[in-house]
Amino acid sequence: MTSQEIVVHIKKKRITELLASGKRVDGRGLTDYREIRLEEGVIERAEGSARVRLGKTDVLVGVKIGTGTPFSDVPDKGVLTVNAELVPLASPSFEPGPPGENAVELARVVDRGIRESKAIDLEKLCVVPGKLVFVIFIDLYVLNHDGNLIDASAMAALAALINTKMFKYEVEDGEIVKKPGYTPLPLIDYPIAVTFAKIGNKLILDTGLDEEQVMDCRLTMTLDKDGNICAIQKGGGSGYFTKEEILEATKIVLKKTEELRKIVVKS
Amino acid sequence: MKATKKKTKKEKENMTNKKPEKLIDKKGIRLDGRKLDELRPVKMEVGVLPNADGSAYLEQGKNKILVGVYGPKEAHPRHIAQQDRAVIQCRYHMAPFSVDERKSPAPSRRDVELSKVIREALEPAVFLEYYPKTSIQVYIEILQADGGTRCAGITAAALALADAGIPMRDLVVACAAGKADGKMIVDLMDTEDKVGEADVPVAFMPNLNAITLLQMDGNLSVDEFETAVNMALDGCNQLYALQKEALKSKYVAVEEAEEK
Repeated sequence: MTSQEIVVHIKKKRITELLASGKRVDGRGLTDYREIRLEEGVIERAEGSARVRLGKTDVLVGVKIGTGTPFSDVPDKGVLTVNAELVPLASPSFEPGPPGENAVELARVVDRGIRESKAIDLEKLCVVPGKLVFVIFIDLYVLNHDGNLIDASAMAALAALINTKMFKYEVEDGEIVKKPGYTPLPLIDYPIAVTFAKIGNKLILDTGLDEEQVMDCRLTMTLDKDGNICAIQKGGGSGYFTKEEILEATKIVLKKTEELRKIVVKS
Repeated sequence: MKATKKKTKKEKENMTNKKPEKLIDKKGIRLDGRKLDELRPVKMEVGVLPNADGSAYLEQGKNKILVGVYGPKEAHPRHIAQQDRAVIQCRYHMAPFSVDERKSPAPSRRDVELSKVIREALEPAVFLEYYPKTSIQVYIEILQADGGTRCAGITAAALALADAGIPMRDLVVACAAGKADGKMIVDLMDTEDKVGEADVPVAFMPNLNAITLLQMDGNLSVDEFETAVNMALDGCNQLYALQKEALKSKYVAVEEAEEK
């Protein structure tokens, strides 16, 4: 066994024992989040940006707006793309190179939450149907990894979208002509992701890296502003959930997403 | 006679991939003639690939899926090996001709994600601790896709793992449920998935009451979600019986051949 694997085994024992008596390694309650710090507009060059810190987890999100052609099956809608970079400076376990499966999953889970809740009114981003639309690039940039990247990234992505300013424009001969002034991005929903981890038979929220290394698996639910579920992802290891655990989680998620939404969406 | 005519017309619409106006008619019949809680016709067979250690072929509606399993064998590259258990390497891959518009054979981001979640759906079933430092390779090839391929891929992959003689806690079986035209349905085909309101794929180990894959996209209330999970689990239980039959029938066939 490598030293790292031994450390994980020791940690697992301690974390599981503590959880059995309802306690966590850092003293939090089972469904408590770490301190959430949110900054908006941290990158002036980006049309929108936000940085979310969940304890020591740190995610920066930048929104850039470009133009392109729409997909042929939805010619009257703008395009949304989400990309995640697990930047090597953020953790000894991240390596340079093209996105691996963890980065791809992170991006796709955040993407699904925004897309399926129809958070952005993509029809308003169509300039010339079938020819020219705006493309919203959301880039998730993990700066420090201390667990629960999904919730932090989803929160930062939403905050960055709220922060995004679009330049005003007119269409002349099928081309975009910039006008002075800005408008906010057309947002019509505010999806919030909440991720459960299962350790032993306990469900906990907002896992730190220690807990994440020993968890059986995780379950992310993204809820829209009406409390409907718009995306789910199970992942994070070779464990399983029972149906009862999933339904219990759903109830907690309903409350928790409300709480978190108040932090991100201020008005 | 009339009924069959109707069906072929609907099927044609389905083939041309036009957006149908309605996914479910007044009588609660779906585009392919199924009831709301009815699965597509399924065919499963194991031991179909001579070179693989285990294999399975599965048809579910128009889905055609082939799975080959190799191993446990020495993990390669070396650094992926785990000292206390086997690792599963899983590749979900769609053939370029499996969908309407040719799909590039290079792995898409969707393929990468699906390979990961399918692997995580299978891992809880396998006694990985029996084979430290080794790797079990699961190759899932979608030859023709018609919605629900990740679920069908898991159902077939579990069969191929069992066919390879790898010790397992239970078979894994998967089925999706969802919502179309405001109604809850099971085992969505492509059009229902694309046009419908929600899709909830679920993978399950019936003997352990363990859900090993759960995803969702679309929009469901919490109550609708619970209904969807229950419908998907019902579907899983039906498919589970067929899986066991498929495994048994391989050995019945061997027995018959020996008698001759």
